[in-house]
Amino acid sequence: MGVSVATGAYGISFGAISLAGGLDFWQTMALSLLMFTGGSQFGLIGVVAGGGAPLAGAATAIMLGARNALYSLSLAELLRVRGWRRLLTAQLVIDESTAMSLGRDSERAARLGFYSTGIGVFVLWNLGTAIGLLGASWLAEPRVLGLDAAAPAAFLALLAPRLRGREAWAVALAAAMVALIAVPFVPVGFPVLIAALVGVVAGLLPVRPSTSAPERTESAEEESR
Amino acid sequence: MTPLWIGILVGAAGCYVLKLAGLSVPKSVLERPRLLRIAGLLPVVLLSALVAVQTFSIGSELMIDARAAGLAVAGIAVWRRWPFLVVVALAAITTALVRMWVPGS
Repeated sequence: MGVSVATGAYGISFGAISLAGGLDFWQTMALSLLMFTGGSQFGLIGVVAGGGAPLAGAATAIMLGARNALYSLSLAELLRVRGWRRLLTAQLVIDESTAMSLGRDSERAARLGFYSTGIGVFVLWNLGTAIGLLGASWLAEPRVLGLDAAAPAAFLALLAPRLRGREAWAVALAAAMVALIAVPFVPVGFPVLIAALVGVVAGLLPVRPSTSAPERTESAEEESR
Repeated sequence: MTPLWIGILVGAAGCYVLKLAGLSVPKSVLERPRLLRIAGLLPVVLLSALVAVQTFSIGSELMIDARAAGLAVAGIAVWRRWPFLVVVALAAITTALVRMWVPGS
């Protein structure tokens, strides 16, 4: 329940930021109802608000949504849903519902955690979006209110929990650099897609065992330099 | 249909297919570590790139303005593990205040 309420508050900021980014009421509601995965929704409005092509925004959103495929992959065994139930259940696969199904004592409790969180977040996320939209519609000038800084702050808050370990930091900084270098040379919206290649390349590199002793000495030396 | 609506619907359809795919594909996909690693790294690179681009550029131009101050405050708030809404609100308020002091920033 606490998770759903927190998400509702997060939905309010999504509604407000989306409106400031140039989407109208129903376009924003369509994102919350149909896309229903926060990071991707912010990704799409982020690209479009900067003047990027809507399809570049869609590509960014879809790549950000790739993690949901990992979640549903790991949930498939637990949920064992078929037919129309699978079609409906799929929409509920998000960060929060997955997290709330993990680490439960029984399969029953895990399923209950998944569905109660998934449905609760769906309702409150959409309610929050609508409130944010209605609340922000009377705001005059988004730039005067600093709302153009709200979106990157939201991305930073989404990014922070994923920055575990040196590899994640290195990959994140490399992606930020690549995107900024690309800004003057490619159409708006594409720097972010080019930065995605950093993730692909990093993922293809051989994994270095980060816990081995030689690695640790090496990194200690690097830091002392 | 406007291009924006097409982008919204294409993006929503893509995200839904990804959610559905995991429930539908055979378990053997889990044995492809590189694919899993890339899917795990994508949110990190995309979010990081979005932070950088939306803070330090307008259109095709790089610039440092009041948003950088907003992001710095957001960074402190995130580090202190303050709630999401607080992080976002502090960034907006800081940016607005800097713009009041430094017109045009």
